Amino acid sequence: MNRGRPPNRVLERGFVWLCFFATLLPIVVLALLLGDVVITGVGRLSWDFLTSFPSRNPDEAGIYPAVIGSVLLVALTGAFALPVGIATAIYLEEYGKRGRIANLVEINIANLAGVPSIIYGLLGLEVFVRFLGLGRSLLAGALTLGLLVLPIVIMASREALRTVPLEMREAGLALGATQWRTVRSVVLPMALPGILTGSILSVSRAIGEAAPLVMLGAATAMNFVPDGLLSPFTALPIQIFNWTSRPQAGFAVDAAAGIIVLMLTLLVLNGAAIWLRHRIQRRIFR
Amino acid sequence: MPRKRLVGSAARERSIERALLGCASVSIVTTFAILVIFAVETFAFFTEVPLAKFLFDTEWTPLFADAHFGIWPLVAGTLLTSALAIAVAVPFGLLSAIYLGEFAPPRVRRILKPTLELLAGVPTIVYGYFALVVLTPMLQKVIPGLAGLNALSPGIVMGVMIVPMITSLSEDAIQAVPQSLREGAYALGAGRLATIFRVVLPTALSGIAASVVLAVSRAIGETMIVAIAAGQEPRLTADPRVPIETMTTFMVQIGLGDAPTGSLGYRTLFVVGASLFVMTFTANLFSHRLARRFRER
Amino acid sequence: MRQPLLFIFLAAACGRGSGDLVAVDGSSTVFPISEAVAEEFSREHKTHVTVGASGTGGGFKKFCNGEIAIAGASRPIKPEEVEMCAKGSIEYIELPVAYDGLAVVVHPSNTWASSMTVAELAKLWAPDAQEKIKKWSDIRPDWPAKEIHLFGAGVDSGTYDYFTQAIVGKEHSSRGDYTSSEDDNVLVHGIASDPLALGFFGYAYYLENKDKLSLVAIDDEKADNGAGPILPSPQTVRDGTYQPLSRPVFIYVGKAATAKPEVAAFVDFYLARGPALVEEVGYIPLPDSAYELVRARFVGRTVGSVFGGKGSKVGVSVEDLLQAG
Repeated sequence: MNRGRPPNRVLERGFVWLCFFATLLPIVVLALLLGDVVITGVGRLSWDFLTSFPSRNPDEAGIYPAVIGSVLLVALTGAFALPVGIATAIYLEEYGKRGRIANLVEINIANLAGVPSIIYGLLGLEVFVRFLGLGRSLLAGALTLGLLVLPIVIMASREALRTVPLEMREAGLALGATQWRTVRSVVLPMALPGILTGSILSVSRAIGEAAPLVMLGAATAMNFVPDGLLSPFTALPIQIFNWTSRPQAGFAVDAAAGIIVLMLTLLVLNGAAIWLRHRIQRRIFR
Repeated sequence: MPRKRLVGSAARERSIERALLGCASVSIVTTFAILVIFAVETFAFFTEVPLAKFLFDTEWTPLFADAHFGIWPLVAGTLLTSALAIAVAVPFGLLSAIYLGEFAPPRVRRILKPTLELLAGVPTIVYGYFALVVLTPMLQKVIPGLAGLNALSPGIVMGVMIVPMITSLSEDAIQAVPQSLREGAYALGAGRLATIFRVVLPTALSGIAASVVLAVSRAIGETMIVAIAAGQEPRLTADPRVPIETMTTFMVQIGLGDAPTGSLGYRTLFVVGASLFVMTFTANLFSHRLARRFRER
Repeated sequence: MRQPLLFIFLAAACGRGSGDLVAVDGSSTVFPISEAVAEEFSREHKTHVTVGASGTGGGFKKFCNGEIAIAGASRPIKPEEVEMCAKGSIEYIELPVAYDGLAVVVHPSNTWASSMTVAELAKLWAPDAQEKIKKWSDIRPDWPAKEIHLFGAGVDSGTYDYFTQAIVGKEHSSRGDYTSSEDDNVLVHGIASDPLALGFFGYAYYLENKDKLSLVAIDDEKADNGAGPILPSPQTVRDGTYQPLSRPVFIYVGKAATAKPEVAAFVDFYLARGPALVEEVGYIPLPDSAYELVRARFVGRTVGSVFGGKGSKVGVSVEDLLQAG
């Protein structure tokens, strides 16, 4: 491959450093970004802030309905998007026939990933809120966000399935297992790390969306906590976005504190998936 | 095996397959629904505005009393910011994927990978304000003529946001390359760099390509970062230092604004959305063909 | 593993929430007022209230579909929306609740533009000004021959609509080369860091950033409502001398919705306690006599718009319209 020349260790070492810095740079940017937010907002964090309702007075305003709304919303979105997305990926990858239609479907899914979130908001408004009569409810919001993140789950899961070598499937079938049994017991466990990555990315996307939810009628302020699938709701990004556009300076601090809460919520939600992924990858690949 | 059991499991197989197909059809139905919504409103739009004006006018001022409906300024804005984002995200994303997948000690990888994934979870509003209030002033000191609202700042920030998409998915693909392939290359005398570029990356190409496609789609469809930091002045330009407007910003402007919902002004939301859809579809079609040809080789 | 969790969730899930709910949505300008009212209302009532901010257009659509009881609007209802409501069989009660003053501001180091006439502003913002008016001296020869940097509301906002109608004389008619943003904080930030800047936005945003900005007094050259250039203030907006840049903002209430006791109670509360809350959030209350007329309108459940369903009118007082209507 190198025409008999020994590998250039200096170049290799330099390349490793380059890659290391490339990895570090976005993290540095993240640290700068969050550092600024944390410094501004950490003073505002308190049990009061977490359990109060919105107010016209920045010092009394809190994010209680928004936090509950976001957690419920993301849980529901995941409950819808993950099974459907993984099932779609399994179908396309394991059962689907190659051909023009399959190609079209693949292009279509990639396309859906690029549709701006506001269109999903409109779609959700027309289909879930109005046509299916779900009203401006948590369920409608979750289904809308579910459609929004579905392409991410499908694409990530598909790629995860593709990493499983063909020999594994053939071995399963050779042992007399049905196709589904092979998929369930052989392919899926091996593809699990990649599938988990997809779920992490999709949850991250869902938790940060505001515009499509506002379009479909999510509240920006409410004086109660969402209490059922068909209840009105609000979410953290909506509250944060509202606070950043208010003139009173105190609201900027509230917004920063809200962002900290959102990032922490995200960490917790993703934590389980990350830990699980790490465990499985260690077992299978090392 | 008794025949009954075979039939039973075969029937179960078929019903499972049908269930999976049902799930798969959700995304197809979604596309269909989106297209229907677009089609209805776009059709209504073009009965009032001739297609020629839409394609050939160079100004986009649909809400002005003197209205112009040329789509190109918005397209230029979208392309400019997305190109900047991809120019940042792909190199950093790939290099960090290689680092995490090939060089990083397990303990380092365990910390860095989730940290990078945190980048994907930062709400886009935060990125937008960061671009506007921190990055733009910083860049203004270095770049003459950089306006307060411009395409460069949000483009870079979008790129940073997208890096985890490329890194995470590409790194999974790289990790999944069987160790035996690498060892084969080392046995043949190849160094680490040669192994990476000639064995690992080509094997992981499918995953890497998918991550780039997702990233491009995300960049084109991103709304909030550009809405906050890039401005709302539709302008046909390639200069990243001036305010522009992207297709997505315009859509949010109309969607959450004051125009009455049945009006021509409101319809432009759908027309722009449809144009965006066509753009991404063509791009994805093209990249799909390209990837297939590359894979076959 | 998922089964028991799902069951518990479903059991808890079959709730639409307790029956009474007052749903408010619409303009993000009116949002702070509605939020304040909801906050105070919650201290005395257990009713659930949701307040959204999907924009005046989106709010009207939901309102005319019967999905919400109250729509906040930063402009009077327009003909298309009147038609939508007619189709949805929704009768609307139009209730002005406050004034929103539009402040014209410049950077504090700007010593020359302490006042401007409406005619000068019109010259500056007219569509053809994009080519002709680029320097301060193009407006008044004795002003510095330096570039003007303009800032203003986005073209799909009620603020922009009203400004163009009041100043240029025609809605949606202005030059296009100004820095626009839906978020007034961005405009504040932009003007406060640019000595050559001029912009317009809601008075509430000026109040919160007084130390970073300078107000421009406006002279509408009409003798009957205060002579000379007038600075915006709660006083001048209320007594009508700061013209033409003050506009009423509204809530539209569905007549059928008022049959529900919680909605009626909420609106009564809005009109009773609203005026005090309006000032707290940076808007300007209508004159007391105007509020009397508004309350009478609600008590009598009078439907229809005193603006003729044609959108904004400039230069007429809300009181006069209410008296006539």
